[in-house]
Amino acid sequence: MAKQVFEGIKVADFAWVGVGVQPAREFAQHGATVVRVESHKRPDTLRTAFPFRDGIPGIDRSAFGTAYNTSKYGMSLDLTHPKGKEVARRLIKWADIVTESFTPGSMKALGLDYEEARKIKPDIIYYSTCQMGQKGPLNTFGGYGMFGVTYAGYSHLTGWPDRDPLPLFNNYSDFIAPWYLMMTTIGALLHRQKTGKGMYLDQSQVEAGVNFLTPTVMDYMINERIANRMGNSDPYMAPHGLYPVLGADRWVAITVTSEEEWQNLCCVMGHVEWLDDPTFATMMARKENEEKLNARIAEWTRDFAPHQLMAMLQDAGVPCGVVQNCEDLFNDPQLKERKHYRFLEHKVIGSHAYNAPAYILSRTPNNISKAGPCLGEDNEYVYKELLGYSDDELADMLAEGVITTEADLPAVLSGI
Amino acid sequence: MSGEMTSFLGGYRVLDLTNEVGSLCGKLLGDIGAEVIKIEPPGGDASRNIGPFYKDIPHPEMSLYWFFAHMNKKGITLDIETADGQELFKSMVAGADFVIESFEPGYLHGLGLCYEELEKIRPDLVMTSITPFGQNGPYAHYKTTDLVGVSMAGMVRLYGEFDRQPNRISAPQFYFLGALHGAMGSMMAHYHRVMSGEGQHVDVSCQQGVVLSLMIASEIWDILKVNYRGMGPGFMSPRPTPPGPLYGRIMWPCKDGHVLHMSGGGAQAGMVKSSTELVKMANAEGYCQDLKDYDWSSYDSSQITQEQRNELDRSISEYLLTKTKAELLEAALKREILVVPASDARDVVESPQLVAREFWTSIEHPELGDTLTYPGWPVKWTELPAYQPQRRAPLIGEHNEEVYVKGLGLSREQMVLLKTRGVI
Repeated sequence: MAKQVFEGIKVADFAWVGVGVQPAREFAQHGATVVRVESHKRPDTLRTAFPFRDGIPGIDRSAFGTAYNTSKYGMSLDLTHPKGKEVARRLIKWADIVTESFTPGSMKALGLDYEEARKIKPDIIYYSTCQMGQKGPLNTFGGYGMFGVTYAGYSHLTGWPDRDPLPLFNNYSDFIAPWYLMMTTIGALLHRQKTGKGMYLDQSQVEAGVNFLTPTVMDYMINERIANRMGNSDPYMAPHGLYPVLGADRWVAITVTSEEEWQNLCCVMGHVEWLDDPTFATMMARKENEEKLNARIAEWTRDFAPHQLMAMLQDAGVPCGVVQNCEDLFNDPQLKERKHYRFLEHKVIGSHAYNAPAYILSRTPNNISKAGPCLGEDNEYVYKELLGYSDDELADMLAEGVITTEADLPAVLSGI
Repeated sequence: MSGEMTSFLGGYRVLDLTNEVGSLCGKLLGDIGAEVIKIEPPGGDASRNIGPFYKDIPHPEMSLYWFFAHMNKKGITLDIETADGQELFKSMVAGADFVIESFEPGYLHGLGLCYEELEKIRPDLVMTSITPFGQNGPYAHYKTTDLVGVSMAGMVRLYGEFDRQPNRISAPQFYFLGALHGAMGSMMAHYHRVMSGEGQHVDVSCQQGVVLSLMIASEIWDILKVNYRGMGPGFMSPRPTPPGPLYGRIMWPCKDGHVLHMSGGGAQAGMVKSSTELVKMANAEGYCQDLKDYDWSSYDSSQITQEQRNELDRSISEYLLTKTKAELLEAALKREILVVPASDARDVVESPQLVAREFWTSIEHPELGDTLTYPGWPVKWTELPAYQPQRRAPLIGEHNEEVYVKGLGLSREQMVLLKTRGVI
């Protein structure tokens, strides 16, 4: 096994749901020892959300509950129990990094906020991530990434100008925010290396989302233009759109960024006469007659299979791509080449797929070897090996409800 | 080594060869303190022509896209396709800590400037390559735009109306996301270098970056063999039969626009609280009387029928239609109700939260006679001075003098010669 980037780094992962747990996963997949702290009393939202194995809800049956916890150890702990707090403090003492993603103030109420943590471990690196950030008039705004991303302006920009804005099913900012947080946390580790000092990090997930809309935000600030959703057209390109292909509800994206690509597209379509047709001959004309152009291209594309058309146009140097569904992604030869989907054996779900990082490090490859833990799966190891509790202490804590069990679960296990 | 103790990456130098694909990566490293030198072809990078433009003036020094993606960088011009350009670049690599690039795979190899060559000059170099699909594989040479990229990565399939083609977000994301993953990978490699002295190559795929953003769509296929698709203003819970899939609308018209609202409960305490509070609020105004005694903690999304769900939605939506975005946002904060307005760019700029957190930062653009506002870093930190923009995006060749004359010690005659021959 090659050396791992974060060997020796320990993370107490108090975070839950989508964002806070993802940097912790990046650490875990690159050699850190990461302990995910959860409670049966108030289960992680994602454990109560689809997709469940066989469609049947269960605390360890959701692939959503496992997705962001690869290579982590799982412990169950009631942080509201006085003794639970003691365990948490011991975990913080053990850790280099503490994570949390509750509504602002929650960790303070538990006596586990940064100020308390640094008393236990003076050089602790501690991150908080939430929708709006720790301070400000909207700081207690709860909700999921779908809410944050809507507040950040994405829904307004998704869909058709003559229809309502669309929600972003994938809670998109939940997959922007973690990487800013990861970069900053590595920065904090380097700062500690240099100075011996810890650091507190406070993330606003909405701000991460807004960053990725900066050109449209600046267009408003400077040009007073409020960008609107525009289907799949683009202010600077034509043709630029999705076109129907063989199969039910199948589409390919075709875009043209230069005259050369336009000529190549016309050649492949067998419509070289369009190069001289005043309706389409110039870029200005194509933009003006975009609707007509799209209709004509669609007449041609509908006879081809999606991947056949993509290969044909790419061979001719035209930017073209299939609107892939998830089945396509699992068969995608490029993602296979990158070993993107990793199948790991989960105790309840069985063998199922996890996402690998988008970056490949040539000398310190990732190690994605352990499925996301069942709730409390690694209690033995964490309490005894990592935290030094004895068998007797463990038994007491189980009896006292400090270590939560299935008996503590709510009656209904399906949330969304 | 200025800034060494005042920022995360102070004292480290980045050579940024990226085009549109990877441009954000260097900006992100510059944001946290690195000295980033953007290297453009003589005459300027093609991405200077990406709109929108400052005051709608279409000019290579006016692109707002460029302003954002290249802020916190210095800029020089260099033609790395010339022998002189390659030598100059190599002599800069000797003093650099990072090289980032986003050319078509193989291009730098052809110029003798690939990682294996540069590593000989600077053994602990971190070199990051950000491309649409990664360095190797059947699509490695495919041409992309934002729409093509997000389509192939599965994102477009997740948004859309039932009766129309699927949609992309009408603002480019594909390259930004790849570049963000590139910046994170670069930081990991950098951390490893600091700890071990060893450099490495980081190979980034924008496609994977977007696939990682699909949330649970891949898993829904993997576990249930259901291909998730855009569900108009709602989403679908892919339950097996019986009771079968459950559709719930979540984007709702309100009195003066649209809000996102989700109701439910069961195991999710926050959702129980939200739904209970919304009904209470509605009851007080004469709405949702049919839900007065509804027990949200026993709401079971695995069992509820579509008809029951529609009834809930009908009742709640009638109430939402009577409230403004501002009223509902206030309720969200005071009563912990899961509801939020669908902001447009003006709402975002006017958000009291973003202002209160001092998210916006400003930089002077002396040549425009203007000071422009930019988003800040979305994480606040202690110990080091708060995020401040180091500099606005560079003009074409703005730092040629500083880098070539002061840095590499070229003479004025040499500069003139390089300029005349089109090298810089």
